[in-house]
Amino acid sequence: MNTNLVHFTLNGEPVEVAIEPWTTLLDYLRYHQKLVGTKKGCDHGQCGACTVLIDGNSVNSCLCLLVSLDGAEITTIEGVATADNLSLEQQIFIEEDAYQCGFCTPGQICSTIAMRNRAEINSEEELKDWMSGNLCRCAAYKNITKAARRIYEES
Amino acid sequence: MLNIGNKQKRVDGPQKVTGKATYAADITSQFYHAYVLQSTIACGSITAIDTSAAEAFEGVKGIFTHKNLPERLKNKVDYTDPLSPPGKPFRPFYNDKILYNGQPIALVVAQTFEQARYASKLIKVTYEEKKFKGSLSENLKNASADRAPEPASNRGDFKKAFKNSDYTIIREYRQSRNYHNPMEPHATSVEYKSDGSLVVYDKIQGVASSLKYLNGVFGLGADTVQVKSDFVGGAFGSGLRPQYQLFMATLAALELNHNVQMVMTRAQMFSFGYRPEVIHTMKLGCSNDGILQALSHKTVGETSTFEDFNETIVDWSGLLYKCENVNLEYELTPVQSYTPLDMRAPGGVSGVYALECAIDELAHEAGIDPLEFRRKNYVDYDQNEDKPFTSKELMACYARCEEVFGWKNRKDLSKTEPHLLTGYGMATGSWEALQQPASVSLSMNEEGTFTIKCATADIGTGTYTVMSQIAADKLGVSIEKIKFMLGDTAFPDSPIEGGSWTVSSVGSAVASVCEKFKYRIADVWKRNNPDYQAVAFGDISFQKGKLEYRSKAFSFTEIMQQASKEELSIAHSESPAEGQNTHSGYAHCCVMVEVTVDKDLGIIKVPRLVNVSAAGKIINPKTAENQLLGSMVWGLGMALREEGMVDTRYGRVMNANFAEYHIAVNADIHDIHTEFVEEKDDKVNPLGAKGVGELGIVGLAAAISNAIFDATGKRLRKLPMLLDDVLEA
Repeated sequence: MNTNLVHFTLNGEPVEVAIEPWTTLLDYLRYHQKLVGTKKGCDHGQCGACTVLIDGNSVNSCLCLLVSLDGAEITTIEGVATADNLSLEQQIFIEEDAYQCGFCTPGQICSTIAMRNRAEINSEEELKDWMSGNLCRCAAYKNITKAARRIYEES
Repeated sequence: MLNIGNKQKRVDGPQKVTGKATYAADITSQFYHAYVLQSTIACGSITAIDTSAAEAFEGVKGIFTHKNLPERLKNKVDYTDPLSPPGKPFRPFYNDKILYNGQPIALVVAQTFEQARYASKLIKVTYEEKKFKGSLSENLKNASADRAPEPASNRGDFKKAFKNSDYTIIREYRQSRNYHNPMEPHATSVEYKSDGSLVVYDKIQGVASSLKYLNGVFGLGADTVQVKSDFVGGAFGSGLRPQYQLFMATLAALELNHNVQMVMTRAQMFSFGYRPEVIHTMKLGCSNDGILQALSHKTVGETSTFEDFNETIVDWSGLLYKCENVNLEYELTPVQSYTPLDMRAPGGVSGVYALECAIDELAHEAGIDPLEFRRKNYVDYDQNEDKPFTSKELMACYARCEEVFGWKNRKDLSKTEPHLLTGYGMATGSWEALQQPASVSLSMNEEGTFTIKCATADIGTGTYTVMSQIAADKLGVSIEKIKFMLGDTAFPDSPIEGGSWTVSSVGSAVASVCEKFKYRIADVWKRNNPDYQAVAFGDISFQKGKLEYRSKAFSFTEIMQQASKEELSIAHSESPAEGQNTHSGYAHCCVMVEVTVDKDLGIIKVPRLVNVSAAGKIINPKTAENQLLGSMVWGLGMALREEGMVDTRYGRVMNANFAEYHIAVNADIHDIHTEFVEEKDDKVNPLGAKGVGELGIVGLAAAISNAIFDATGKRLRKLPMLLDDVLEA
């Protein structure tokens, strides 16, 4: 089997792995690393459940081939909280009840972190736009928006 | 420290925000991965299936088709589940027959997911095709009332009353097919143990249903298989019946003696149940002063060729308004598709859509404000069943919604942007408040921590949290002392999580087991304290983990130590309240919406949605409000977005993905508000609580439709209502 050697950091730890060229970051995380906090909702970049952070940007991990990520800094939901404490985003999601079933939540939280890191949000509409890459079939949108607004304002 | 009624944060929140909540596909044992190949024709048979190339592919461990289904799965095997409609359930790989496009026809099991998926494409299938009817409209002439259950009895003389009415309407409303699409695709992980027993992690709304199916099909009893489901990533009805991934993963695990996992793709989420397409014919008549005289509701719905799926649709029209002359008809017609499946507020959401549109049209004909029209025709007893309601605070919902929305002065609120038409619409909504039998167990350990178990589910509704609140309240302990466990066939029996009855059913059982515990701990206390033997139970109180009697307090742990007990366990089975027989239980709501329609482009937006609900005692306003809001968004999606499109030539769903099957996204939702009015109910169940998971979707699509008419003067009479419908109308 043809494999390629790739180096990156995953939740702060350096990783070196020989990987087949067709393996997506999502499948690598779930099947190879057993980091199942990142979810597969569609495998086609349409739902955002697989959102992770690559160099601080929110990315659909189902649309990334791992071989293309040499040198990347990858953070998944497992890398968001410290050992003892939930992150601000996680605390706010709980306080605002910004979820129901919780399946899309890791992706939603990663999107709010990327927003806090990178985005300039000037209106409610822009905020909703930013969060619209993450579908929530339970439709906890009102609370997700509330949480995202607080995360943007409080950080 | 009252917990019931508190905006308690979810007790499973930390797991959900850290990615530690494990859904069915998140079990990380060493699995073989299974991938399903689906039929590309809708009707006919498989004439040849060549799996040789796939078998030879690297990593492939096994391939299953109708050619090698074990004999033991063919004879006298029961493929039904507790919610099977009349007919013959689908039996995967049973023979060479194709019943629908997308039917699983082969299962490839391999070392990795990628290998299984790739190898499935190497299978060559040839078919013999037969002609078929691919849609409801193509097969209307075969619609029959014989296939459907009889609706509520007709009453009065509809024909005469309709003829004598001052205002009448005859209208047809159409609804397209909708797919559940929970974010979590259906998945089953089967762990094959060395003794041949199985632990099955299934996506299901009640583990007992999976167990029943595995028992019927594979002969597996509770001694050889345990079904678990700690977290369910949404379901909305899709998990009411075991879906085919359960069959696939279990078959492969048993045949290969190995752990097997199967996760459906998003496209495969369109290869089983759905909310059926229906056509309603409404005939309504009222007098000059807007009193409803005659009402006829006929619905024709689609089902599969092998099961007669039915919903309670037309009965809602006999229930919501006072009317002496009612005619209800319900027919089904088969199409070449999988069987439809209950989906959030099944039946109600369909029937009430048609009724609430028709009511609005009739009110308009009579020149009466739609809210006023509904008040005029209010009814305070169940005319279908001739029973009183357990409670009905709908009038309070109307009044509060009118006030919050600003209904009276709504026209003054209109936007002034020249390219936008603004309109306002409303509807009534309602949903059943049923209670089912449920069992629970409770045990307290020596540290005074309570574990309560029930085989129910939490599909995002908040079961873990709400049950913990009820127990904490009833026991008089802090919520941290309660551990509520669910989703395991090893736990006491529960009804399926559906029908908005979990709080009512399981919650009432939890409340009762806590009462029993108090009697029990009081007995233990009395036995070990001779001075108190004669104390009456009614003179004891329970607070902060202590039994209190005349200003003396004895902690539960002390009492346990005194009695040298390490654990105190109690079980309880709760039957539905008497009021469930003598009365009709329903929750109600009023919804009002504002829409804007772009004059040139036809784009429909919903800037404002207000729902006011009466649903008895609200155990947790935080989670209840969230569910209501979610179901309102579902109503918006149903009204303006969702449409499962079938290419009738091939019987295939054309838009089996999230790019083309549109569900509402965050940016679709603007000002959305819900609140509850006070509703006291001492009959519906011991908690006085009604479910809220389904209520908010009922009526909402009609309210949007009515608002579009208000804005544009156009009645679209179909769902979803799209911009081209506006432009073409």
